[in-house]
Amino acid sequence: MNVEITGARILVSIPEFFGFMLTESVVITWGVMIFLVILCKVLTSHLEVHPTGRAQVIAEWIVTSVHGLVSDTMGKKYASTWYVPFIGAMFAMSACCSLSSVLGFYAPTSDLSTVLGWALFVFILITYTKITSNGFGGYLKSFTQPVFVMVPMNLISEVATPVSMGFRHFGNIVSGSVITTLIYGALSVLSSAILRHLPGMFGEVLQHVPVFAFGLPAVLSLYFDFFSSLLQAFIFSMLTMMYIAQASGTDG
Amino acid sequence: MDTNILAKAIVAGLSALGAGCGMIGGLGPGIGEGYAVGKALEAMARQPEMKGTLTTTMFMGCAVAETTGLYSLIIALILIFANPFVGQF
Repeated sequence: MNVEITGARILVSIPEFFGFMLTESVVITWGVMIFLVILCKVLTSHLEVHPTGRAQVIAEWIVTSVHGLVSDTMGKKYASTWYVPFIGAMFAMSACCSLSSVLGFYAPTSDLSTVLGWALFVFILITYTKITSNGFGGYLKSFTQPVFVMVPMNLISEVATPVSMGFRHFGNIVSGSVITTLIYGALSVLSSAILRHLPGMFGEVLQHVPVFAFGLPAVLSLYFDFFSSLLQAFIFSMLTMMYIAQASGTDG
Repeated sequence: MDTNILAKAIVAGLSALGAGCGMIGGLGPGIGEGYAVGKALEAMARQPEMKGTLTTTMFMGCAVAETTGLYSLIIALILIFANPFVGQF
């Protein structure tokens, strides 16, 4: 049974330069970024007032739906700020990183460092929004709500926000890949164990072909790769919007 | 040397057992999400025009409820693939 479950492989390692390591997830993230930039360029290359091409219709649909999502979730106040492209970029990045596993790459989102980095960025954004909307004193004072005794609990819940966001995304993607790998390995073992008992040449040849491993992993991949990836991207951007809207004191 | 191997074997075995026991934590999110989806279906049957909002909110709630299960999954994965205790012997 050749089941291989690993983290991101290290491609280049330079120990002299502060222990610098270039992992697979970084390289694939660069690839996803280049893909997204090229996609944006292609979709917005020939913009017209009255769209005739298919690319502009798709681009307009994306922009309109992200705009509608942000103004529905965060309120009209944020509808024309930089949060709209930010949320769109975050969704596209997360979705494309997870979907890169469909093409056989290592999904960068199944590396905890990637998603925890995004979650930390969102945490900084939340804290920034809190400080700008309530002032630094108000931000510090919000920890003593409702009573002063609650300060440790509030601190823990503050730290738990990025941790839970990162772990949720990471856990969903990595559990999908682990389960798919395990089922794939188990099915090949099962097919070789059963087909070995076929008489004559059939058994000799077929026991090396994982017949049962065709089909079922594809159905699982439909759920774990496509549905779960898009759902996690949606939930990550949705939670970002909700936390920021909550931090600014307006209710969505 | 012999006791070292024995200690490693005990730690590895108990870690695998702990990973399995830890995944009992998957029960809670399963029950909770099933309850949430059932309630959302009831609401959708009563008010089909609210389907879009209800589906979105249901998925959000499911994702948040899933977090505790994923914590136990991460602990199980750490115990199996990145065990911190085996290296101590």
